[in-house]
Amino acid sequence: MESLMTVEDLKKYFPVMGGVLRKKVADVKAVDGVTFDIYKGETFGVVGESGCGKTTLAKTLLRLLSPNAGHIFYNTPQDVAESIRSLEKDNPKSKTLKRLLKQYDHAYASGSRLRKLRRHMQIVYQDPTTSLDPRMLVKDIVAEPLVSQGLQRGGSTIGRVLETLQMVGLTEKHLYRYPHEFSGGQRQRIAVARAIITSPEFIVLDEPTSSVDVSVRAQLLNMFQDLQKDLGLTYMFISHDLSVVECISDRVAVMYLGKIVEQAKTSELFKNPLHPYAQALFNSIPVPDPTRRRERAPLSGEPPSPVNPPAGCRFHPRCSLATNTCEREEPPLVDVGDGHYVACFAVNR
Amino acid sequence: MENQQTVAQIKDLYLNFYTYDGVVKALDGITLDIKKGEILGLVGETGSGKSVTSLSLLSIVIPPGRIEKGHVEINLKGKTYDLLSLNDATMSCVRGKYISMIFQEPRAALNPVYTIGDQIGEVFFHHRKAELIESAITQLRMDLETASGLKAAIYKRELSLYEKMRDDPKSRTVWLAQKIPIVNRFRNRMKGAARRYIVDMLKSLNIPDPGRVIDMYPHELSGGMAQRAVIAMSLSCNPVMLIADEPTTSLDVTVQVQILLLIKDLQRRLHTSILYVTHDLGVVAETCDRVAVLYAGNVAEIAGVIDLFKKPLHPYTQALLESIPRPGHKFVSIRGTVPSLVSPPKGCRFYDRCDYAHDRCIHVEPELIEVEKNHSVSCHLYYGET
Amino acid sequence: MTSTKRNESFRNRLQPTIKELKFTLTRLLKSPLSVAGLVFIIYNIVIAVVAPIIAPNTSGVRMLDPYKIPRDPTAGYWMEPRAPTSKYLFGTTSAQVDLYYGCVWGTRFAFQLGLEVIVSTLLIGLILGLLAGYYGGFIDEVIMRFTDIILAFPGLILAMVFVSVLSKSGWTTINAAILSIILIGWPGYTRLIRGEVLRVRGEDYVEAARASGASDLRIITRHILPNSIYSVIIVASLDFGSIVLTAAALSFLGLGSPPGYSDWGRLIFDGVAFASNGFQYWWTFMYPGLFIIIFTLGWNLLGDALRDVLDPLSRRK
Repeated sequence: MESLMTVEDLKKYFPVMGGVLRKKVADVKAVDGVTFDIYKGETFGVVGESGCGKTTLAKTLLRLLSPNAGHIFYNTPQDVAESIRSLEKDNPKSKTLKRLLKQYDHAYASGSRLRKLRRHMQIVYQDPTTSLDPRMLVKDIVAEPLVSQGLQRGGSTIGRVLETLQMVGLTEKHLYRYPHEFSGGQRQRIAVARAIITSPEFIVLDEPTSSVDVSVRAQLLNMFQDLQKDLGLTYMFISHDLSVVECISDRVAVMYLGKIVEQAKTSELFKNPLHPYAQALFNSIPVPDPTRRRERAPLSGEPPSPVNPPAGCRFHPRCSLATNTCEREEPPLVDVGDGHYVACFAVNR
Repeated sequence: MENQQTVAQIKDLYLNFYTYDGVVKALDGITLDIKKGEILGLVGETGSGKSVTSLSLLSIVIPPGRIEKGHVEINLKGKTYDLLSLNDATMSCVRGKYISMIFQEPRAALNPVYTIGDQIGEVFFHHRKAELIESAITQLRMDLETASGLKAAIYKRELSLYEKMRDDPKSRTVWLAQKIPIVNRFRNRMKGAARRYIVDMLKSLNIPDPGRVIDMYPHELSGGMAQRAVIAMSLSCNPVMLIADEPTTSLDVTVQVQILLLIKDLQRRLHTSILYVTHDLGVVAETCDRVAVLYAGNVAEIAGVIDLFKKPLHPYTQALLESIPRPGHKFVSIRGTVPSLVSPPKGCRFYDRCDYAHDRCIHVEPELIEVEKNHSVSCHLYYGET
Repeated sequence: MTSTKRNESFRNRLQPTIKELKFTLTRLLKSPLSVAGLVFIIYNIVIAVVAPIIAPNTSGVRMLDPYKIPRDPTAGYWMEPRAPTSKYLFGTTSAQVDLYYGCVWGTRFAFQLGLEVIVSTLLIGLILGLLAGYYGGFIDEVIMRFTDIILAFPGLILAMVFVSVLSKSGWTTINAAILSIILIGWPGYTRLIRGEVLRVRGEDYVEAARASGASDLRIITRHILPNSIYSVIIVASLDFGSIVLTAAALSFLGLGSPPGYSDWGRLIFDGVAFASNGFQYWWTFMYPGLFIIIFTLGWNLLGDALRDVLDPLSRRK
């Protein structure tokens, strides 16, 4: 499978100011060294609880936030990526490296190149009420990406806007209205129309169905799948609703406190989670079958704050399998076969 | 669980909201009953009326709402009380003491400028003051035996004050003593007694280090801990019934497990009846004994949890169960939308979304009929099958 | 072909705006207080517009500045105020100043002054507030410190100082007064707009626009500006009344218009010398005072009503 986006050791920290002189006292390590690939045409699911960094990861990928370290290779040919890696190891100060990075590494892109790249990746937010400008007409909201990118002018924009609205199930009479006149599900469709109008290749869906009614959820999810087939989109689907992720994703990554702890094909991951946190997470999904009630031991403690993550393996204070090594060293993400990666000393012995 | 006593029942409740856009007929004849020691799940989507129903159990009707007719009754110590007919003062003695409620957002339910201890203590002082006085008196009597001199004199005065409080709470002396700055320190004994109760309760809810938590402010607690503090507040008077309105929706899924286990533990230990309002069928399957499904202000179906999931009778219940996401299948949704409650259809409110609808459904509203033992449904498909 | 399409799009654009306006108007007319405010303001506008018709210059002397109250030289000369007669409908204050002419033309003068001040302070406040709020950092700190300095002083007193200094440097007192009121007014608007900009800047739709590749300028003009000016409009309308009141106060202290000018504050000042006689010369302050009250009250009521009605985010759920 061809890789659309390769992320290597991405880090995003937020400084915490303190003291009288308001200097930086600590960092909130929201994303702390994340590596993965997203293949063309797939839906890559990212799950985790609050504070794990999944939304920060999404925004950093889209360069709405600037990463502190790491690479984001977008549509980079294999050999270029290889040469970048070898150059970094052997000759980190070489001019060729700098040139290649500026050209291919999304993390270093800036100015007009960054603006051009924005055409190819878009985001759909969780809450459609706040993600649409309440004082703009629907027509202008959906047309805005075209105008900002200078892709179309004047009369032809409205044709394209109408076309896009029809793709998401809205009609011409919705053009000249304000967002507050629509229901939650319809507003989310408007947000999706805005996201697909520049014909992007990659869309981040950040909990797109959490703020809508249960009965509307299925309609939206079916729409996402249809659009993916029709337009050849690649999705990054972030959610805390594990049952939805199971149905819509091809591969899933589980995040905990800024790191990926396990990653695999969806069916494999849900059937056979190996990391203790992933096991606890999947174990805690309530099953809608009263004859299968399990006596579950809940995960002890609370997720610690990302300002002072525990040393060594982030999960060790709550882990029943923790050993001395786990307290000292961070486990690397290891391939246990067939694209199933786990970062745990207990598993990868 | 055959002949369980019923702890509360709602009979034929009608509730309207008088808004700018018209009269919203939110509740259209709700009939429910909650048995002692059971967890009854109340399932429904937005607009089904589940939150309004749970609030009306506490006789809390937020204007522009108004209860048109119906009864909300609780059965205490053999007598039945109609909650809607009680005045505000009496009702405030019921709330918190016999029936209490926890909400979806724990941090919204807690006052950010008071510590957890203060807030739970408030419930104690309002409802269980007599116990606190007794506990203070007992402790004073013990202290008097070992004290001497000035201390003994002070304790004797304190004791007389407390006894006066117990016997004649409205006396002038007590009132005066509470107003004078240094003298009113005698109340600290009650606060100490309350504190001991609160620490015990926090411990029983698995809150680590309760001695420290009791002095913390709500913003210093995580979501799960805050929800547990709210549960502590609601349980301080050992209520007969607890209403939980989507208490875990805003929490992480691993924390949800902890809270759900806690709730089941409460049911087991304290025999509290719990009305669990939610839209998550998974939670219902894991936690509830019986389930009531609401649609657009009507009760569509009430059944034991296994019956509901294995043999759903109402088309809406069937559609809900089918819409649960299953890997490998396309997502199934229920076609159409909830009808406008300002001008609801004359017959069955689910008519336009039902695959089994027929003529009778347009004109006549279905009634809740018990089709099988402990399984009632309001649908014309079962008309004539009692 | 394209022109009809453009017309159609214009009509379509207008429709929702018209709908919103109609909704606003019906809500405005529901509360009796807001109706009262509207009535007062319309009354004031009418008076200001028809001033030349209802209070013409009958003295025979041509005045270059219509605001200077004309004095009939043939009528003689007297110092003390005269009671209302058929010729002088509201009477005169000291030095034969015709109160009727002064009060009527004073309405027009109040509008002119108020508009000049409001437009200037709004412009300054918008530009500085947008810069400070959107870019933050050093620019924000500098601008905020300037506003702090001015806000540290009581407004009227600072205005008095400004007027004194400016008039010594050759400005006419009226222009000095207008400039001073602008100088004490811009910090409030800057802070207000900055606050709104900070709120809007963090909203999802602004980030979405950035994700689409919108430039800073586009974000500021298309998203931040329309979403942050609503509360400012409400404050501005409330302020109109108090700006005119401040100007009247300055004139009342002698620091505004020159003598014999149709400025309500000045008219009262002109009668102050005779105030020690109690209510004997009541018309010298009663009529100008009444005009001030009706003007300010109208704007205050309207501002309150606008606040309740204009913000579409708060009224629909």
